Amino acid sequence: MIGGTMEEAQKKPLIGIVDNDNGVFSSITKNVTKSMAEVIYDESGEKVDEGLEILKEKGGTALFLMPENFTYNILNNISAVIHVYWIMKGAGIMDMVSSDVVENIMYQINQKISEILIEKGKMNSSFVLSPIKKEETTIFKGKEMEGISPSTIGNILSSQSTTVPIIMMIIIIMAGGMVISSMGMEKENKTLETLLTLPVRRSSIVFGKIVGSAIVGLIMAIVYMIGFSYYINSFQQSMEINLAGYGISLNFFDYVLIGISVFFSLLSALSLCMVLGTFAKNYKSAQTLTVPVSILAIIPMFIIMFKDFDTLPFTLKIILFAIPFSHPMMAMRSLLFKNYFIVIAGILYVAIFAFILIMIAVWVFKTDKLITGRIKSPRKFFMRR
Amino acid sequence: MNAIEVNNLVKRYGKIEAVKGISFKVKEGEIFGLIGPNGAGKTTTLRIVATLLQITEGEVKIFEYDLKKDADEIRKIISYLPEDAGAYKNLTGREYLRFIAGFFDGEEIVEKGIKIADLGRRIDDKIETYSKGMTRRLLVARALMNSPKLAILDEPTTGLDVINAQEIRKIIQKIAKDGTTVLLSSHNMLEIEFLCDRIALINEGKIIEEGNPEELKRKYSARNIEEVFTEVVS
Ligand SMILES: Nc1ncnc2c1ncn2[C@@H]1O[C@H](COP(=O)(O)OP(=O)(O)O)[C@@H](O)[C@H]1O
Ligand SMILES: [Mg+2]
Repeated sequence: MIGGTMEEAQKKPLIGIVDNDNGVFSSITKNVTKSMAEVIYDESGEKVDEGLEILKEKGGTALFLMPENFTYNILNNISAVIHVYWIMKGAGIMDMVSSDVVENIMYQINQKISEILIEKGKMNSSFVLSPIKKEETTIFKGKEMEGISPSTIGNILSSQSTTVPIIMMIIIIMAGGMVISSMGMEKENKTLETLLTLPVRRSSIVFGKIVGSAIVGLIMAIVYMIGFSYYINSFQQSMEINLAGYGISLNFFDYVLIGISVFFSLLSALSLCMVLGTFAKNYKSAQTLTVPVSILAIIPMFIIMFKDFDTLPFTLKIILFAIPFSHPMMAMRSLLFKNYFIVIAGILYVAIFAFILIMIAVWVFKTDKLITGRIKSPRKFFMRR
Repeated sequence: MNAIEVNNLVKRYGKIEAVKGISFKVKEGEIFGLIGPNGAGKTTTLRIVATLLQITEGEVKIFEYDLKKDADEIRKIISYLPEDAGAYKNLTGREYLRFIAGFFDGEEIVEKGIKIADLGRRIDDKIETYSKGMTRRLLVARALMNSPKLAILDEPTTGLDVINAQEIRKIIQKIAKDGTTVLLSSHNMLEIEFLCDRIALINEGKIIEEGNPEELKRKYSARNIEEVFTEVVS
């Protein structure tokens, strides 16, 4: 997948042009663009909407609109405007690569035109050095946002939505580690046999251990959330841009959904740890068993940092969906763009996953496998060191 | 009423047959000893009676409850002291007894446990600071404080010095007098004849002899149970 993504990054971006100027400088602009990108649409007139449609179909990155007065303004020492319509596909780091290339094209256009102006002896230096002004509109997940670029949106989104993955990862690793080591400790201290002959239902022991760590996990989550939101608030104020102004914000219901997603994800993490914990012989082997859980928590965090779910290759989409910890990590961004389907489907999936794992844990407790330690293959697999 | 009825009990761990069709009965109020060398199948049998292991073949009844069906009920009336059991080391003795008492009815049994353990002021020290004998006393106290109808004690005195072992034997005799039925195991054949009302000799997963220690000694004209065992095996 990394290879595929790299190729994607090195491909020339697909660009559309609507030239309503048809003058000297607009054709220079076109030439620079054509040398650096693949221009798949080149028309003039009221063609922006049509051009955007075609670009969206073909996976294009941006459309440049040059207004009628483009050449006239430059000849009269007035900054000329190129209006860039961005088609933003995702907000992950890898999704941003093609827009970086387009930013570079804009820079080269500016350079080329100022070279020409300097050769002609134009002397108004502040104008000559930067004759082109860029105005931008970003189209992302069906929303048109004026005056904001994909990289700005990406920065804001990533600061907002990497919070949840990082916190989730920390909690899953710590609370999950608690469950596993509590099982390891029971075996090391030889207290498990006593516990299992006390008049308490097997399911209560399983729930007791899970709920105990879940509470600690949720308290940690809240503490981290408060810490992070301070950090993010200070960050956002300095950007002076508020996505809520573009209708990209979370309402109360969205936060409830995120909470539910976090809850079930934590539950399935802890019940997974419970099942793994039954393999633990002692405290030390319990520590080793936390590794697979940590890996499962780290994978979705990284995938989500680099790419949006929407822009992932199909197999990665399936892997990401299948890992129960992905869902709260993806939920915030999906909800910002009101993509409820994936969030609710994710919650259902994770709830079922948690339920099945809890059933397995209770089943293990009801058999004598915990005492005889006769669950073979996974132990051999994990314990060999 | 019989406290325990074991009929043709078989337990296999995969291919290993640890218990090979044993039967015995323990009457209410008795101290019954399962005596045999290491690996004879004592722990396996006790774990089954204590609801920890599943029965491969045969049947076990505890105070008329069928072990296969009524494990939850049985856990309310038994208590089990595992071989080389441990306690939660970061608790104090008192906290540990309280924690266990939480699974039963009340706080009073904690006081009873503290009395049985007889650890003096050390009851408020962390268990990790206890000696082996002290820990065992605490665990025996834990197992007996709730006056279970049946106490299952796996090698309760093994690994203890003479004094500590004697203390624990006294505690066991006392609770039996108060009406608790005791099923215990030991590989020490000498200590057991003074403690048990009846014993079963177990070897390689089979019960090879059973009865009152005095009767058995007479039957084999032996001076002690060790000699009885050698006689029976040979
Ligand atoms: N979990 C187990 N898996 C396989 N074999 C076991 C297991 N536990 C005990 N055994 C075997 O069963 C036999 C009886 O063991 P045990 O009941 O512990 O004997 P005892 O308590 O009389 O020393 C031994 O041969 C032992 O190796
Ligand atoms: Mg044993």
